[in-house]
Amino acid sequence: MGLKTALYDTHVEQGAKIVDFGGWDMPLHYGSQIEEHHAVRRDAGMFDVSHMGVVDVRGVRVREFLQNLLANDVGRLRTPGKALYSCMLLPSGGVIDDLIVYFLSDTWFRLVVNAGTRNKDLLWIRRHAAAFGVTVLEHHDLAMIAVQGPNAREKTLAVLPGALRPAASDLKPFFGVALESWFIARTGYTGEDGFEVTLPAGAAAATWTALAAHGVQPAGLGARDTLRLEAGMNLYGNDMDEDHHPLESGLAWTVAFLPKEREFIGRQALEGLRDGGLELVGLVLEDRGVLRSHQKILPSGEVTSGTFSPTLNRSIALARVPRTGLSRVHVEIRGKPHAASIVKPPFVRHGKALISL
Amino acid sequence: MSNVPNDLRYTKSHEWVRAASDGSIEVGISDHAQSSLGDLVFVEVPEVGRVLRAGEACAVVESVKAASDVYSPVNGRVTASNAALATQPELLNHEPYTGGWLFRLQPDAPLEGGALMSPADYTKYLAEEA
Repeated sequence: MGLKTALYDTHVEQGAKIVDFGGWDMPLHYGSQIEEHHAVRRDAGMFDVSHMGVVDVRGVRVREFLQNLLANDVGRLRTPGKALYSCMLLPSGGVIDDLIVYFLSDTWFRLVVNAGTRNKDLLWIRRHAAAFGVTVLEHHDLAMIAVQGPNAREKTLAVLPGALRPAASDLKPFFGVALESWFIARTGYTGEDGFEVTLPAGAAAATWTALAAHGVQPAGLGARDTLRLEAGMNLYGNDMDEDHHPLESGLAWTVAFLPKEREFIGRQALEGLRDGGLELVGLVLEDRGVLRSHQKILPSGEVTSGTFSPTLNRSIALARVPRTGLSRVHVEIRGKPHAASIVKPPFVRHGKALISL
Repeated sequence: MSNVPNDLRYTKSHEWVRAASDGSIEVGISDHAQSSLGDLVFVEVPEVGRVLRAGEACAVVESVKAASDVYSPVNGRVTASNAALATQPELLNHEPYTGGWLFRLQPDAPLEGGALMSPADYTKYLAEEA
């Protein structure tokens, strides 16, 4: 028996196959993972992501605190509501977690962190917050529904409380807006447009049901994984972790080395690794078959996330390999080498294939 | 409830076996197996002529999330394998007992009841496993 979100009973009623995810009982799929995947690429789908952690950090020195805590620079956030993707690093440069930080006011930022890491994240954040006089509040009374797909925003706006609609409708990509106890953000983990709606746990089931009535397809963790991988987005624990730093995890773009004088945790270690040996690349399997995490790459390397891509009808993967400039490698599947071409992710964005097959 | 046709026999690893009048057998995976695996996206079947031992891993069925081995229910030689699955792996989900058959075998010895389960026993086995 794991932890349950406010939507657990709704998932069971809708026929979800439930699996454990980081200690939470979450829906894997509601019948067909592939149909759920296509619904998000072609129309609109929704995911229960209430297991993620929502953490508010407040204080006069909160910006300074986050500039020290995070590898990306919240100094870049000047417009209220603007979001930034960042890693939180150990002094070694290893990744404690990846998260999204929203700038809400000069004294208030909101972090959204992964489910499986939220406890260690909170310990780490609290440990460093004290010195800056920053208060840390983890919410336990909220649910989060990610509605994603080309028609996701329109269908979500139709069911939002009227008072929230104008502000939600005006949101630009990668912005969020807090209204009473709701928080609407134009973000996601699928490579499609959409919203992530944070709302009081008590309102979650009615909102989910209303979205379903507007033709939004419930989708589980299975489709969430194939969608994020097609979109070339990392999964914490697979594609980066405490033993792998951002520069070998395809996340160099999230590390702000400028301004030079900004000291962030992990900076010193990363400075020495800037021309480092490994990189994260995309793979497309040339043969039939399915790439899986931990498969060995020849001559060298390892698949970190692999799956079958429903959009491309091919197997794709993220893999950590030496920086050799190769355009083709082999992946060992059940003892046999299979050719795979190296590509630059994302594989799919806004419903369209971005790589030529 | 998963579908357990009455005219087949079953293994503990969730293969089904259909006996033909010429003594050969057809093998696939049960409705329960396909449903547990989820959407199947890749199937590898044994080559015709391959000699198999009972319990030998001889086919692979992969869903989006995981790969699973399929085991030969008896000793025998492969006489046919289902080529349609190369391009339509979803047949395993939609028609596990017909279009989704995996391979045919000529068993070394006539098929006997012992090692394989009757539909009633398999149904009971599924209930115990759940």
